[in-house]
Amino acid sequence: MRGFTFGQFYPGSSVLHRLDPRTKVVAAVVYIVASFLCRNTVSFAVLLLSGLVLILISGIPMKVVLRSVRALIFIMLFTALLNIFWVVDNSVGATPLLEFYFITIYAKGIYHAVFILIRILVMVVGTGLFLTYTTTPIALTGALESLLRPLAKIKVPVHTFAMMMTIALRFIPTIMEETDKIMTAQKARGADFTTGSLVQRAKALIPIIVPLFVSVFRRAEELATAMECRCYHGGEGRTKLRVLKYRARDVIALLLMLLFVGGIVTINICGARYGWFYTM
Amino acid sequence: MEQTEKKPFIHIENLSYSYVGDDEQPVPVLKNISLDIREGEYVVILGHNGSGKSTLAKLLNLVIDDYTYADGTILVDGVDVMSPDLTEEDILNLRKNVGMVFQNPDNQLVATVVEEDVAFGPENLGVPHPELRERVDRALETVGMSAFATHEPHRLSGGQKQRVAIAGIIAMMPRCMIFDESTAMLDPVGRREVIETIEMLNRERGITVLSITHYMDEAARADRVIVLSDGKLMLDGTPGEVFTHSDTLRKAGLDLPQCTAVSQYLITQNLPVHGEINTPEQCAEAILKAWKGI
Repeated sequence: MRGFTFGQFYPGSSVLHRLDPRTKVVAAVVYIVASFLCRNTVSFAVLLLSGLVLILISGIPMKVVLRSVRALIFIMLFTALLNIFWVVDNSVGATPLLEFYFITIYAKGIYHAVFILIRILVMVVGTGLFLTYTTTPIALTGALESLLRPLAKIKVPVHTFAMMMTIALRFIPTIMEETDKIMTAQKARGADFTTGSLVQRAKALIPIIVPLFVSVFRRAEELATAMECRCYHGGEGRTKLRVLKYRARDVIALLLMLLFVGGIVTINICGARYGWFYTM
Repeated sequence: MEQTEKKPFIHIENLSYSYVGDDEQPVPVLKNISLDIREGEYVVILGHNGSGKSTLAKLLNLVIDDYTYADGTILVDGVDVMSPDLTEEDILNLRKNVGMVFQNPDNQLVATVVEEDVAFGPENLGVPHPELRERVDRALETVGMSAFATHEPHRLSGGQKQRVAIAGIIAMMPRCMIFDESTAMLDPVGRREVIETIEMLNRERGITVLSITHYMDEAARADRVIVLSDGKLMLDGTPGEVFTHSDTLRKAGLDLPQCTAVSQYLITQNLPVHGEINTPEQCAEAILKAWKGI
């Protein structure tokens, strides 16, 4: 467990790594919106291409990026299949590609399946590249705190949430290590976590969870005292060691994102008006 | 340190404290304690578990929840810390001046990067840039952890974590530091690192040090040793003075440092070892002298 790092941060020095984390949060949101704006073959092709370009810019090996997709492969195939079998083309002159007892497959269904596949794929890869792969969790927390600061005016405890996130991130490895220790200790006492029915195995976890909770609460109390001793009194009047600063590259990145969305919208409009390519 | 007639930095007079037990009855922890600590002193408070030493430290830093059964006076730098009309500013100022390092290094580090953790205290105090950066760098340099500034705390050893915790306090520039069993959870190497850091802070920076421990070897290196037992102040003096009262120490549940015990045994065996013997070096020298004398 010593080698454990939280999230998928992949150290590097690409432009994506060096962008201000706030820019990246905004860019990720814009990118998701763009993926939902896509309407036709060309816009989806552009979307897919943009995903590839992002991977190249980030300098993260394709293998690592695809690892995050692996977890979602089931859900992606499932939605794709749903679309293939259930989409019915009611337009005039549409004939099914295949009719076999109760199964009817239309060309429209296959288009939709591919579109949705691309959309999910690019969304996962894109947000991953903007956020988890190139931004440390702590920078992300800082960015969210900074972006949500206006909400503090309507009494949303933004600083408190950011502090909670930071502490959670700080303690995840510590508590993982502790879980490991408790498990080893219970194994030494003859506990068995790997055999038996599901219920038995769930029950075997109780001797781990109880001491873990006791220790976590004790930690929380000690940490609170230590923070008080270090003059913590909420976010008021606090300065920060790391000051976020927008640079020229952030402006350029955001402009490029807007241009991208504009491009997709233009393609949609052209596609719809002239019927050049398949539109969903 | 010159013994001037100026006010002591910490002045405790007739302090008693009880916490509320499970049956709502007060359980006495500290009984009628009076002591003065001057600026620049290196004081070790000794006592076995439950002797009240940690409570005393917490009272000095105002991190006690319940003052129902607190009685007496504590003045820190002339400010009455138990006064009910302390403002939040007073409390912050007090905590800034009296920093505290705890036992478990894991439970006092807040941030996921070493330098950001060190910055936590000064950030809370609202220290502006670029002074903030300077303070963090200087604090890390002081404890010899500059090379680890961008590391994650959970990958450091116990001694290193504790040094980061100390740096986090130094960055607030306190005048006094309290170490509440800060070496108890460390391995011998980590303990030595931390003790050397503490001594350096006292000798070179003139920071008043109040170290709570049950390791006699640490006590032997202090300017002054205070022994608590069952909430009462038993002994107060230089290590040499305190260690002569071996019976009282034993009653307080403490053992003599090994070298002191050795020399006392040698004396009973008619080997004339002389002088103050609290460290292994002093012990070796005294034995060598006695040996040559024979």
